[in-house]
Amino acid sequence: MASSAAVPTDVKRPSLLRLIRENKVAQGLTLIGPANVYLVLFMVVPLILVGILSFLSRGEYGQVLFQFNLSNYTRLLDPIYGRILLYSLGVGVATTVLSLLIGYPLAYYIARAPARQRSLLLFLVLVPFWTNFIIRIYAWIMILRAGGFLDTVVQWLHISDQPLHLLYTPTAVMIGMVYEFLPFMILPLFTSLEKIENAVLEAAADLGAPPYRVFLRVTLPLSIPGMIAGTILVFIPAMGMFVIPDLMGGAKTILIGNVIRNQFLTARDWPFGAAASMILMVLTMVFTFYYARRAGLSEELVV
Amino acid sequence: MQSEFAVELRDVVKKFITPEGNELIAVDHVNMQIRNGEFFSMLGSSGCGKTTSLRMIAGFEWPTEGDIYIEGEPQGHRPPFLRPVNTVFQSYALFQHMTVFQNVAFGLEMEHATKSEIKSRVGRALEMVRLSSMDRRRPSQLSGGQQQRVALARALVKTPDVLLLDEPLGALDLKLRKEMQLELKALQQQVGITFIYVTHDQEEALTMSDRIAVMSYGRVLQVGPAVEIYERPTSRFVADFIGESNFFDGTVKAVNQKKAVVTIPAWKQDLQATLVADAAAGDAVVVSVRPEKIQISEQPKTNDNCLEGVVFNSTYIGSDTHLFLDVGGQQVKAWEQNRVSSLDPHLFYRKDQKLWLTFPAENVLVLPKE
Amino acid sequence: MSEKKPPVWLRIYTFLVYLYIYIPIIILVIFSFNNQKLNITWKGFTTQWYAVLFHDRLVQLATRNTLIIALVSTAIATIIGTLAALAMQRYRFPGYDASEALMYIPIVIPEVVMGISLLVFFVLLNMKLGLVTITLSHIAFNIPFVALVVRARLHGYDNSIDEAAMDLGANEMTTFWRVTLPTIMPGILAGAMLALTLSLDDYVITYFTAGPGSTTLPLRVFSMVRFMVTPEVNALSTIWVLIVFVILLIGQLARNRRA
Repeated sequence: MASSAAVPTDVKRPSLLRLIRENKVAQGLTLIGPANVYLVLFMVVPLILVGILSFLSRGEYGQVLFQFNLSNYTRLLDPIYGRILLYSLGVGVATTVLSLLIGYPLAYYIARAPARQRSLLLFLVLVPFWTNFIIRIYAWIMILRAGGFLDTVVQWLHISDQPLHLLYTPTAVMIGMVYEFLPFMILPLFTSLEKIENAVLEAAADLGAPPYRVFLRVTLPLSIPGMIAGTILVFIPAMGMFVIPDLMGGAKTILIGNVIRNQFLTARDWPFGAAASMILMVLTMVFTFYYARRAGLSEELVV
Repeated sequence: MQSEFAVELRDVVKKFITPEGNELIAVDHVNMQIRNGEFFSMLGSSGCGKTTSLRMIAGFEWPTEGDIYIEGEPQGHRPPFLRPVNTVFQSYALFQHMTVFQNVAFGLEMEHATKSEIKSRVGRALEMVRLSSMDRRRPSQLSGGQQQRVALARALVKTPDVLLLDEPLGALDLKLRKEMQLELKALQQQVGITFIYVTHDQEEALTMSDRIAVMSYGRVLQVGPAVEIYERPTSRFVADFIGESNFFDGTVKAVNQKKAVVTIPAWKQDLQATLVADAAAGDAVVVSVRPEKIQISEQPKTNDNCLEGVVFNSTYIGSDTHLFLDVGGQQVKAWEQNRVSSLDPHLFYRKDQKLWLTFPAENVLVLPKE
Repeated sequence: MSEKKPPVWLRIYTFLVYLYIYIPIIILVIFSFNNQKLNITWKGFTTQWYAVLFHDRLVQLATRNTLIIALVSTAIATIIGTLAALAMQRYRFPGYDASEALMYIPIVIPEVVMGISLLVFFVLLNMKLGLVTITLSHIAFNIPFVALVVRARLHGYDNSIDEAAMDLGANEMTTFWRVTLPTIMPGILAGAMLALTLSLDDYVITYFTAGPGSTTLPLRVFSMVRFMVTPEVNALSTIWVLIVFVILLIGQLARNRRA
């Protein structure tokens, strides 16, 4: 018999609608269409523009000259920028590592807590997390500035007579960065740790493993997806961060994010800023590609 | 009814493409005729094509070749909501965000029935499944058995020509399942519509069905009432899948109408047998004998088909004893009902005991060797 | 996890970390009542800064802008993102992997880069930077987050309820409206909530795509912190924290009630 059977006459529909109704591929494409169009238009195209821009030059009055050259990139090879780049990488790594070290025991504690306590503890982590980050940074500025809260406490405890001058130092920036990114690390870690079934840990103990070995050989490896998700959620934004160095670091601490921001808003050298952005983006993509190859990320990313 | 059959599958083929890109033939040239008002079951293990066939009747899949006919009308690519059949799903598929009443009423809403009509029909449907008091509840508040009955009511309230049931009792515990089997059967006879039932549980199929289609690897091996399937299987697969059976390879020696003489090389002996299909002398065949048909005695008999065996294992089931004997190097299963109501160990069969087995000729079936 | 009590050092540590998290906020709140403009040392209790805040026109404008942008971008992003999630979870089509990668781009690129690229884009199109450009930008980064959340919730979706609806006489549209949508609504709401929060909170992308005339709350807070540090900022911050606290509390209680 022929492959398509007789079509009953009660299905009278225009052919495009029929195509979508009968063809699953068409349905899928229709549903993803708006998202794809929007993102290509407002994400891919702008990025391509930036890419092109990075090969152009700045004119006398700040306008863009259409001369293709690599001068922006060679300029980036200058040790100044090299240092800034490395510094940004360093800050990113340091922030990630510190948040991981500080956040892991907390996430572990919350994951271990009995259910009712767990929601309360999680709630307490979420409240500052959802609060606007500039406000939180400001809180630290209040504490760390000369004559501010920390100084007051230090003086009161007779530890020192001099103001500490912590604000506008790299240390202040680190404190701010970790403070900002800590919840981003805690939440995926928590999700990962919570998923570990009790029975698995009990089985390990039953087979003769003391608590620290259960942790090292069972808990820790099983929490790796959470660590990876947390790392991505922290490292990438941390590298591109300019607000915190701007507010808390003063002129001394410049990250690549600040460079980009300055080029676009004050120095008006857009092509150069574009080149710096491309470098930052390449670094980020490489990192994501390499790291995200480990499977099972998306659930931990959805907090 | 316009047509001779409620549902008909004519030379239906269904092919799928696996994620790896291979072609999978789920349904392989299936022909089925399901009569009006009958309880028809499709029986087979997973992957045999029974569920796929059911889904094609419902309209969730379309045949690659061939067509489905409902009341004589070819269905082609007609979507499910335009077919006069309704389905009871394995997972019940109740709408969690609606109450029981709303669930059952849904199908009537789609028919644009009036409010009062909906109220009375839903009321009657819930009464039929004995869930009238639960109409305000949500599915999450019901037990598995209750959810299943809601699914049933929801499908039946539309008075479809045919009801399709996809392993609806699979998730229930044994006792409940047996109760529901009887209830479903009674319901079907009461309502009088055609039921097409898919299951992998042979006992279920045998209990409830008017006719059974045994399927394997996308093909229908045999269709018939329970008795016929059980006592006259037409293939080794069916004889093996339904109930239990002993199988011995042999060659046909002589044929006389419905009877035959088969030589069993392993025993160098001839058996008097019954033919299920045509055969000729010299054919290589498989002989099938069900364990419960074998007569066991402690003395040799002079009948045909009497063989000597040694017990190597015996299992006491309570109502029966299952014996496993070595007969000339071949393993033979024989069941016997426990008529004896005594605790005397000497009355029970023992290991290494020598017994005589008689296979009555009408129970020795000659099946094609595949 | 196991019922055994965690070791003492862990409990102390946890407490200290929570302290680290909350002390800045507590100080912030306390100093919002400080009777001193420069807000360096404590000079007495007053609620005047809340009054100042209330009458601050710029803050009012910023709040209005922020809400409009957040609501509009959330609404649009939720629709687009939900459709995309349905597509990714239930269908296979050519370009699936590319679409998925496209969806992840806004999540993995640094906000700076996204901000400046949108700036370049709008300038090239000769668009005036303002509420419209901000909203368009917010939609762009909200879509993937909504899609991610909805997709995660779609994971356990039982397809047979859609089939049941069709079996009972509902066509594709009716099935979607009466069955699919209500069933995934909690997931959609979660995605919308996330989008709303991201939009309300956004600084970097808004910074680059806002024009001179339009300000949002985060932008306003930033300039207040940078240039004009009076306890008014603290007052604003305190109210913000309070609102977040209340909303999260409501969410938590609603979840507890359902469980």
